[in-house]
Amino acid sequence: MNEDNGRYQPLSYFQLMEISLRELLVEKGVLTDEQVRATVDDMRSRGAERGASVVARAWTDPQFKARLLADGTKACQELGLDVPALRLIAVDNTPAVHNVIVCTLCSCYPRMLLGLPPEWYKSRPYRSRAVREPRAVLAEFGLAIPDHVQVRVHDSTADMRYIVLPMRPGGTEGWSEERLAGIVTRDCMIGVAVPKAA
Amino acid sequence: MKQTAQPSFRPGDRVAVRKAWPLGHIRTPHYIRGQVGSIERVCGSFPVPEELAQQRNGLPAQPLYRVRFLQRDVWPDYQGGANDALEVEIFQHWLDPA
Repeated sequence: MNEDNGRYQPLSYFQLMEISLRELLVEKGVLTDEQVRATVDDMRSRGAERGASVVARAWTDPQFKARLLADGTKACQELGLDVPALRLIAVDNTPAVHNVIVCTLCSCYPRMLLGLPPEWYKSRPYRSRAVREPRAVLAEFGLAIPDHVQVRVHDSTADMRYIVLPMRPGGTEGWSEERLAGIVTRDCMIGVAVPKAA
Repeated sequence: MKQTAQPSFRPGDRVAVRKAWPLGHIRTPHYIRGQVGSIERVCGSFPVPEELAQQRNGLPAQPLYRVRFLQRDVWPDYQGGANDALEVEIFQHWLDPA
């Protein structure tokens, strides 16, 4: 049985499959319980701060920004951020273009830069509506995109992962990279919010 | 057998997504099948997911493209700017010249 908000629910098919497979792998000596725990811990402790440091560097170093847009994976490696087994594409918000990321097929997400995806990112309503009526979805996140700005939705359907490079807000002149990183939230890098100086 | 198929398309080329409904693990979303867009960039070549899902090696690797579509082409009743766009990763074997 599975404890959910204090109420016991029967396990779903996939929960049962996950537990069975994990227990078998441990029993056969492929993995240890300690390795499973450490991996879960590592995934959970990762947040969006890595992505924020990439954005802050791009805001303060135009040459880094150019390299990031040309090859996201390589540029992250410069910062000591390893993005294994997949290719990172950074998409640039400009006064003329606003970018949003979704994975309509499952929940592909740049975990190595943003940590675990939020529940809403994996939900069917976000996945289906972000490609169909992105402006209405953004409005529900409190983000109104003017009509003259192109909304560009990126569906992560295969081997690429995406991060939105938001525009640096006014009022942040002279800020340190660290202070800038502090205003770059996860949602800004998915594209459902924009950074604010205040 | 060659391990990587040659790219047939270049940025700017007009392409049509195949209108096919095979069973299996397909990374081409249903909503985009049959639509016409243009190549935004070539992403490199990757083993074919339909084959990987069957525990085969997925070779020769197929070129993967980012294809840009106009929202108003994909959804006739789209509410929003005329230039609003949708970019989707699509493998070469799912694309025909348009």
